[in-house]
Amino acid sequence: MSSAPLDGMVAAAGLDERVALRTRLAARGLDGTTLFVLPALLAILALFVYPFLYGLALSFRPKAGGVLGNYAHFFSDPFLYDTIWTTLRLAMPVTILNLVLAVPIAMRVRLMRRQRLLTTILVLPVTLGTVLVAEGLLNYLGPQGWFNRTLIWAGLLSGPVKLTNNYWGVFASLLITGFPFTFLLTLSYVTGIDPALEQAGAVHGASARQRFTRIILPLILPGLAITFCLSFVQAFAVFPSAVLLGAPAGPTRVISIAAYQAAFEEYDYSLASAIAMVMGAVQLAIVAAVLGARGMLYRGPVGGTKG
Amino acid sequence: MIRDTGLGSRIWRIAVWAVTILFVLNLLAMIVSVVTNSFATRWLGTWLPVAYTTRWYFSAWEEFQLHDILIVTFQVVFTVVVVSGLLGVLAAYAMARRDFAGKRLAMLVFLLPLLVPPITYGIPLATVLYQLNLAGTFWGVVLANLVPTVPFVVLVMIPFIEQIDPRIEAAARVFGASTPQLFGRILFPLLLPGMLAAMLLVLVRTIAMFELTFLTAGPTSQTLVVALYYAVFAAGVRAGQSIDAMAVIYMVATLIWLVLALRFVNPTQIVARAKQQSAH
Repeated sequence: MSSAPLDGMVAAAGLDERVALRTRLAARGLDGTTLFVLPALLAILALFVYPFLYGLALSFRPKAGGVLGNYAHFFSDPFLYDTIWTTLRLAMPVTILNLVLAVPIAMRVRLMRRQRLLTTILVLPVTLGTVLVAEGLLNYLGPQGWFNRTLIWAGLLSGPVKLTNNYWGVFASLLITGFPFTFLLTLSYVTGIDPALEQAGAVHGASARQRFTRIILPLILPGLAITFCLSFVQAFAVFPSAVLLGAPAGPTRVISIAAYQAAFEEYDYSLASAIAMVMGAVQLAIVAAVLGARGMLYRGPVGGTKG
Repeated sequence: MIRDTGLGSRIWRIAVWAVTILFVLNLLAMIVSVVTNSFATRWLGTWLPVAYTTRWYFSAWEEFQLHDILIVTFQVVFTVVVVSGLLGVLAAYAMARRDFAGKRLAMLVFLLPLLVPPITYGIPLATVLYQLNLAGTFWGVVLANLVPTVPFVVLVMIPFIEQIDPRIEAAARVFGASTPQLFGRILFPLLLPGMLAAMLLVLVRTIAMFELTFLTAGPTSQTLVVALYYAVFAAGVRAGQSIDAMAVIYMVATLIWLVLALRFVNPTQIVARAKQQSAH
């Protein structure tokens, strides 16, 4: 009986502590609302992070050989390790060409008042996806397609040039799907630059070329580095168009085809995971190199106002 | 606005426009050639087909069992839209309103699936799904498609939620609104345009998502884009016009939603989804 008040006090103290804990957590941003992040976070952890780690672990448990058996196999078989070079040979030139085309066009388009029609047309190949572009290009670039016909009609060619089922077919599909992506990203960076900066340059007598190389380019280079990374990673993962529009047994046997064949034709998930990890590692290496170089660039406000 | 009037800059301007127009023309010609071929009776060695017909659409509908495929496609896509919309908006709300320990890490976890190409993580993911006997099923395809779409919704919705003044929520609380009321009567109406945009974009992206569906789908859980891939892959087995008829059906299924989405968003947003986050 006599201990009842004491119990109450202990309970009250406990309650106090709970409240205190809650307030302390809330002060650090942890309360009921924060928990809303959990379902999505758990979904991504379970469906993205866990499979990735599982794949990494699986790649060290090869069907035959030691821990590094898959990687040793990959780097000793030219049929496999050549795919890295094949993919780079496709992805690098396309990404650079896309950027080189995107920058001047974005510089022009930002001055346009009605950009929407152009951006809408350019969004088409991104939304339609690589499979449809591959099918379209098979028609369009084929020996009897409009592209070859127009060039022959214009007298530029004497006979149809082979553009499908080889390197150039895949190149064209990466250009068609990759350029709009690169362009729209570049456009969003270029339009972010305050026109007053360029006007100030013009007032001081800078020519168009000087204004571009001295003012615009340094400001958009960090953005271009990001754009390069995103476009390159997309191009490096080329898959459907390399099969449909390229020569998947030879010149366009890209690394994703090797990974797919290992998984779904040889049912060697361990080797397939290893190839996927190599693919990820190459992407990561290029991205890290570009972003490392980006760290040396100017990063700061692109507005013309103080502060 | 600076206007350069020299000859060099005029030539440069013309060259830039010429390249742009060339690109757009080629792009449109590619799409038009698919549409034309799908209506062609015979198209060999001429500029335009000999005659036009609609019979390829009927034969494609029969041959490729497009009825079933379309039903599966829309079931998959709408499930993905609803689940990713729900998870994504909730997470975006927490990410926009609270500043908690590990928030940057959570952001990284949401950014990675958007930066890593699907084929790279699709193969390990398909392996895990095969082990769980989920690959080849409807839910396997849905789960795989959630990986890029949930983070996409999160990243699209964060700026939308940040635009809403927290004092509106505080005022609702002062007037005694419960949490469901707060969500249902304050946040939901305010967020509706943003949610519609995000979910329509998810819809378009999921219809066109080839790699993940391809790696995880079985014969009964194929979506339209995977069926199109197999048809093109086995070209020669069937008439090219029939494949193109299916391609046109696929285009229509995608573009309806794109046109709807473009009423709510700027086209650049479809590509530059995480500008706030990536451009620091």
